[in-house]
Amino acid sequence: MMEAMNSRVPQGALAEKWANYRSDVRLVSPKNKRGFEIIVVGTGLAGAAAAASLGELGYKVKSFTYHDSPRRAHSIAAQGGINAAKNYQNDGDSIWRLFVDTIKGGDYRSREANVHRLAEVSLEIIDQCVAQGVPFARDYAGLLDNRSFGGAQVSRTFYARGQTGQQLLLGAYSALMRQVAAGSVELHNRKEMLDVVVHDGRAVGIVVRDLLTGEVSSHSAHAVVLATGGYSNVYFLSTNAKMCNVTAAWRAHRRGALFANPCYTQIHPTCIPQSDDFQSKLTLMSESLRNDGRIWVPQRGDDKRSPDQIPESERDYYLETKYPAFGNLVPRDVASRNAKSVVDSERGVGERANGVYLDFADAIAAQGEDAIREKYGNLFDIYERITGENPYKSPMRIYPATHYTMGGLWVNYELMSNLSGLFVLGEANFSDHGANRLGASALMQGLADGYFILPTTIGPWLAEQLGSQLVPTDHPAFAAVEQEVNERTQQWLATKGTRSVDFFHRELGKIVWDYVGMSRTSSGLEKALSEIPALHEEYLSDVRVLGSADSLNQSLEKAGRVEDFFQLAQLMARDALLREESCGGHFREEHQTEDGEARRDDEQFAHVAAWESNGDDHIRHEEKLEFEEVELAVRSYK
Amino acid sequence: MASTLSLTLRIWRQDSPQVKGHFVTYEMDDVPEDASFLEMLDILNEILIAKGEEPICFESDCREGICGTCGLMINGQAHGPQKGTATCQLHMRQFKDGDHIVVEPWRAEAFSVIKDLATDRTPLDAIIKAGGYISVNTGAAPDANLTPIPHQTAATAFDAAACIGCGACVAACPNSAAQLFCSAKVQHLNLMPQGQSERWERAEKMVETMEEFFGSCTNHGECEEACPKEISIDFIAWTNRDYIKSKLKNRSLFAQK
Amino acid sequence: MSTTTKTTTLTETQGPSTGPSTQGTVRTPAPAASAPSAEFPVHPKPRVRLPWPLSIYQSAVGKKWVMALTGIALLGFVLVHMIGNLHLYEGPVKLSEYAEALRDLGGDLVPRTWILWGMRIGLIAAFGLHIHSAWSLTVMSRRADASYVGGRGYSAASYASRTMRWTGPIILLYLFYHLADFTWGWFNPDFVRGDPYHNVVASLSSIPVAILYVVANVALAIHIYHGAWSMFQSLGINSPKFNPLRRRFAQGFAAVILIGNLSFPIFVQADVIDDGGVSVVREHEAQMADPEEASGEEASGATASGATP
Repeated sequence: MMEAMNSRVPQGALAEKWANYRSDVRLVSPKNKRGFEIIVVGTGLAGAAAAASLGELGYKVKSFTYHDSPRRAHSIAAQGGINAAKNYQNDGDSIWRLFVDTIKGGDYRSREANVHRLAEVSLEIIDQCVAQGVPFARDYAGLLDNRSFGGAQVSRTFYARGQTGQQLLLGAYSALMRQVAAGSVELHNRKEMLDVVVHDGRAVGIVVRDLLTGEVSSHSAHAVVLATGGYSNVYFLSTNAKMCNVTAAWRAHRRGALFANPCYTQIHPTCIPQSDDFQSKLTLMSESLRNDGRIWVPQRGDDKRSPDQIPESERDYYLETKYPAFGNLVPRDVASRNAKSVVDSERGVGERANGVYLDFADAIAAQGEDAIREKYGNLFDIYERITGENPYKSPMRIYPATHYTMGGLWVNYELMSNLSGLFVLGEANFSDHGANRLGASALMQGLADGYFILPTTIGPWLAEQLGSQLVPTDHPAFAAVEQEVNERTQQWLATKGTRSVDFFHRELGKIVWDYVGMSRTSSGLEKALSEIPALHEEYLSDVRVLGSADSLNQSLEKAGRVEDFFQLAQLMARDALLREESCGGHFREEHQTEDGEARRDDEQFAHVAAWESNGDDHIRHEEKLEFEEVELAVRSYK
Repeated sequence: MASTLSLTLRIWRQDSPQVKGHFVTYEMDDVPEDASFLEMLDILNEILIAKGEEPICFESDCREGICGTCGLMINGQAHGPQKGTATCQLHMRQFKDGDHIVVEPWRAEAFSVIKDLATDRTPLDAIIKAGGYISVNTGAAPDANLTPIPHQTAATAFDAAACIGCGACVAACPNSAAQLFCSAKVQHLNLMPQGQSERWERAEKMVETMEEFFGSCTNHGECEEACPKEISIDFIAWTNRDYIKSKLKNRSLFAQK
Repeated sequence: MSTTTKTTTLTETQGPSTGPSTQGTVRTPAPAASAPSAEFPVHPKPRVRLPWPLSIYQSAVGKKWVMALTGIALLGFVLVHMIGNLHLYEGPVKLSEYAEALRDLGGDLVPRTWILWGMRIGLIAAFGLHIHSAWSLTVMSRRADASYVGGRGYSAASYASRTMRWTGPIILLYLFYHLADFTWGWFNPDFVRGDPYHNVVASLSSIPVAILYVVANVALAIHIYHGAWSMFQSLGINSPKFNPLRRRFAQGFAAVILIGNLSFPIFVQADVIDDGGVSVVREHEAQMADPEEASGEEASGATASGATP
């Protein structure tokens, strides 16, 4: 296993590794490219960008999505922006600075070489997107505008109103559709990947289920690329789309791919709190709101007056008091944990006492309502639509929610997992964000992986395959997996229990949120490790899935996804339990400074924990993280 | 606890594209006002499952009004009564206690009903495939700031690009025309300097592909009213102009004009 | 939380009969359950691409363009026709002179009535194309539309825009009646070729005919109200600078036509336009045939001008 876990980071100085790699990498000639078939699963930023770019290069690509259209992946919901070290603002930004910020933001738990490459590629991404027609915000001279995001000291974030993710995804989608029209990409919509087929130690294809007909079919390829997103929905309530799931990654994991750092999850501090028990998802309000809003709660928990009746002296602006330097702009994890701690101390606001105020009264008084509307009008409208409250008149209520998962399938520098021929991109891999992701970096990573990194790094693997035949889909290796998939599908219909899939998912989410959420303790994690399997057992015997397997059956789709969440949740808890330190999104209450800040243990935990599936059990492997260029420091936002 | 509603729902049920569908009436009590319309259907589905009835199939994903997956005809209005709001962002406080609500899938000859309230909207992708892109291979892009784009142009292009591809414009159109969807994409790209070299070809191909599936625009303006992103029918006019120009121009000469 | 469904009983196989019986079911050709709709064009591409410029007319947007252009021609006709008819208020002689002047258009450069016939042919072509494009686009939209069983609400479409396919045929039928009445004289027992004033008075003094004219002209105004705005959209004449003017133009145009055209039946009914059943032309012709009654010309001319307000 340790051989397979070779990170394959190229030689040379950090800043030259990517250039060196590209100079030395084995290439596939244009004539030979046409002979290679590549499967790309997922059509978000990473998947659509990869499928399009590979198609342009001349490979034969099959692109799979469970949506009706490749334009709907959840990348579309990213609001804030995308980072790039263009230094158009002349404020001292550089590739190096973006690299350092990302490493530091990730709390020194990511691979230096990957992160530096990401910062390098960030420049080309913006060029590519603009050329595709992405309508980024522009100043009055017509040049690209930037803003500072998530407390960065430079303005390097490119944005398109509050819909940057949408515009970038539509760009990647249009590039993909162009290749579909050109015939180089074959699009398979409404097909959900349910397993990877491994033969002779390498990924040779996938098994998918047609969501409309229930037909299970196999697809063979020289390389399989997973760009299937993150697993925040393990919490049931998250800002992710309803269909986001871990199944593709998890099934690959069950076939031998290592799952790295599952306990690294990111909680976004500014979401709209849950309003009732039937709530299906949480909605994120862009972090940029913290630039002008002030966060507070009443000093007394039993203060039930409406916020405008509470005098200044009886309010607790807890972030401003505790972190005078950064105030309301502290990083996401810090803001989130503090919100949790005031709500836990029974000072939460709103009918369910489950939020904190984000107050714009001072900003409106200082800048005028029009200025605030200009900046945040869109967000204020969303807030009012969802809550029925007018944030110009009364403060918003916000609360943290799960938003992004840094953990994912382990990959080497070439984005290939330990399973040969299986590549993993975007949020589905673990590679670039360490223990915490910086704002506006997710879009950057997805597009970097898809447009620029994979099309280069897939070369050596394919060059090795030259002359090798595809494993035919009627090969026993495929038949066996198809049969397993069919059996799993039938199992849900045959259970005939009494409670719905959503019921169990919600219950699972509560356990994971309570014990593997914003802050974790060893006793809580132990509790999770006993409660989750119990609930899982109940799930297996008592879930009720109606209807049939041969037509669109949303409960049936969910049943398989929730099963994988059950398995993942246990691994998350185990990973969190064994990581006896606090870092980034992983906060262990046992490991904090006297001020309640995260305390890393670089001696013991400066490594990636990569889990190997071994039957129903797991084996933990470590990839040591070497820091040659940056010095490990303690984050402080005081 | 916020107040609740009692509702009578008439919901379209249909097992597959091949069979006839029908309305089924459901009476619901204690629907929380703070629930979204889709959460109300979630609640109904939980009840149906508990009773052993197959839940109602409806599509949704992001539930924050941006992915365009959801879309229901609610009391004859695409995405329901609230202007500029997708079905997933419509909340039950928009309704009154005792309301009767009729829920149907999007309908057009080109959109077949898959099951219950789910509709197949793939013809919209066919329109994009016909030319809804700028042909630039990865790596071939010049520096992003090489071509300034006037603030106003970028803003107008964005207004068009905001389309979420939900198909409400088709659903709301008495002609089942897709002019708003098509023109939003055509104009997003045709307004940008980067989109000029393919401008006329794009207008021609996308419009003609659209016409293979959808009806003809009679300028009712229902689409603009139904659009959750409030995209203007001005884009339809500009696309009509681009289309006619594409037919009249000598493209070997003045393609840039 | 005690949400309950009380009944799930009422089941309808068909809603209110608002559409064809295939609604909400299978389209033809019926897609297999797995085949996406994108593989089944509702209107396949025309098999033969006609040569330019006819190819423009093969697309719906091209047809709308032609509809708008012919609409402009027809608006021009309707306006000129209405203004020309205002000669009614100057009496039969002036009106006849105007009618003659139309035949004399082009002076001595071209044979008499050639220009008029040219205009008539152009007008017939415009009508033909306007009607054909409307007809074929209606067919196209009908085929593309699957109606809602539970009904459809309207929030933007005006009464005018929704009734274009009704007001159009009404205007067409009226046009035939109008030509039969005033040009061919089929329905008018007292028809005098070449005396429009007399013919107008003779026709419109009948109450049913007057009502018919009022109804038809209201339909025409409604048609114009939408059409004169819609044509800007179809032609792509759209700019934030003048967009508000487009609607006002259409409203103004419809109002002018409505007021002008309605004034005729109303003023005939009110006896403001009246020739006492005497045709100037007939009198004149009779006179020419029988020079003894030469003095009658002045007299009848005076009668007519006396009736002019």
